[in-house]
Amino acid sequence: MQRMKETKAELKIKVKDLNFYYGPIKALNEISIDIQTCEITALIGPSGCGKSTFLRCLNRMNDTIPGVLVEGEILLDGEDIYRNGMDLALLRQRVGMVFQKPNPFPKSIFDNVAYGPRILGAGNKHEIEELVEESLKNVALWDEVKDSLNKDAFELSLGEQQRLCLARVLAVYPEVILMDEPCSALDPIATLKIEVLMQDLKKNYTIVIVTHNMQQAARVSDRTGLFWLGELVEFGQTDQIFTRPREERTEDYVTGRLG
Amino acid sequence: MGSGLRAALDRGLLQIEEDLLRMREMIDRALSKSLKSLVDRDTALAHEVIDEDKSINNLRYKIEEACLALIATQQPTASDLRMIMAIMSVVADLERMGDYAAGISKTVLRMGDEPLLKPLIDIPKMVDLARTMLRGSIQALLDHDVPRAREIASRDDEMDHLYQAIFDELVEIMARKPESVHRATYLLWCAHNLERIGDRVTNIAERVVFVSTGDFKDLNIKEEGIGGLN
Ligand SMILES: Nc1ncnc2c1ncn2[C@@H]1O[C@H](COP(=O)(O)OP(=O)(O)OP(=O)(O)O)[C@@H](O)[C@H]1O
Ligand SMILES: [Mg+2]
Repeated sequence: MQRMKETKAELKIKVKDLNFYYGPIKALNEISIDIQTCEITALIGPSGCGKSTFLRCLNRMNDTIPGVLVEGEILLDGEDIYRNGMDLALLRQRVGMVFQKPNPFPKSIFDNVAYGPRILGAGNKHEIEELVEESLKNVALWDEVKDSLNKDAFELSLGEQQRLCLARVLAVYPEVILMDEPCSALDPIATLKIEVLMQDLKKNYTIVIVTHNMQQAARVSDRTGLFWLGELVEFGQTDQIFTRPREERTEDYVTGRLG
Repeated sequence: MGSGLRAALDRGLLQIEEDLLRMREMIDRALSKSLKSLVDRDTALAHEVIDEDKSINNLRYKIEEACLALIATQQPTASDLRMIMAIMSVVADLERMGDYAAGISKTVLRMGDEPLLKPLIDIPKMVDLARTMLRGSIQALLDHDVPRAREIASRDDEMDHLYQAIFDELVEIMARKPESVHRATYLLWCAHNLERIGDRVTNIAERVVFVSTGDFKDLNIKEEGIGGLN
């Protein structure tokens, strides 16, 4: 019985029968999933089940690993991102990524955020300044750093560094933001700040987050998928997954009986 | 079960289930004592039932607090979460059942020295049925036994029929002998309290279905297979 109202769904990414191999090892098995526009999709599951591999398929970050093979289809706004001649630079601008450990460049705060726009040849000095300010405001970092934009990014706390990395992604106007355990290096307060931010960002962006923290998935996401040994065991509205999972493996995983 | 990861959660749940059983025993005893206080017109025993109702209320709050603490500290999900939510609602139903037992004893006190209007026949039957339903519903909850819960809920019909029979009989007596209205009303109150217990048991049975399936079903709406009443 479905009591919660279905959020109005508009498809952003459609994954169909995705298989992924690291050489002879099959890491993803027949994954099909619909990722909706302006929603937060959380992916959970035990270590090594293929969450990061899947996430990296969504902007073809796996392409750089030798010997990998991808089968199936990933459609971004209906366009197959694995088609021949796909512009990878454009794809990764449209589908940005934030990693587990904050990884700012060894540059100033300003230059970290300005880096992408400059590479993309976006605008004059003034326009770039505006873009940096807007991006830092979007991650609620502006007030903290506006007087020290030339400071080295590594002088920021880890939580601030992670928000800076997010600002760096936002500065190139992505449509989708992939986050691979973005809070695992952060304390609870810094974690909550990122979560608040995500709620804000999802008004304009589609977010896919991998997290080991089930409560985080429950708190922030609209839909949750459970990965297990390379398979997507169950995918559904987050409240359903955490209150009435359909699959026994989901029940066992979310109640801590397995994992 | 009992894996190290969930040790604290399992311990907490076990404690809550033990308290729930204790609460059931207290109400079962309150029901049997309230009937005895009525049959024997034993005001001391009636006072005892009314006094002990406070302990039932306190146990309810203790269980609710334990549920809150488990939710806050263990972040239960799925069937664990459903069980805890169910228990929080069930203890409210149980507490009201305690009030109904106390209600019977309060009626005994009000009756003072007036003799019973008629020999008690159906009211003891209602008490018996209420106790059976009470015990069965809590057992079904602890065993996650949906068929048992449905069976228990279906017995609410028997309760309703008994109540209807008493009601009709007393109304008829009141019409015939207006001077008996007082004494008839006392018995009606007692029967009414017992009839309400049947409804509370139905609520509990619905929670059993919820724990097992995640569905909120109204068992009062007759479904296929329940008492053959479609
Ligand atoms: N570059 C690689 N080459 C070969 N095998 C890999 C590579 N990266 C990951 N794998 C394997 O693929 C499987 C899935 O790994 P992946 O990193 O996607 O899992 P994960 O769910 O993200 O795990 P974790 O929660 O630990 O981050 C694992 O068995 C892993 O060993
Ligand atoms: Mg990973």
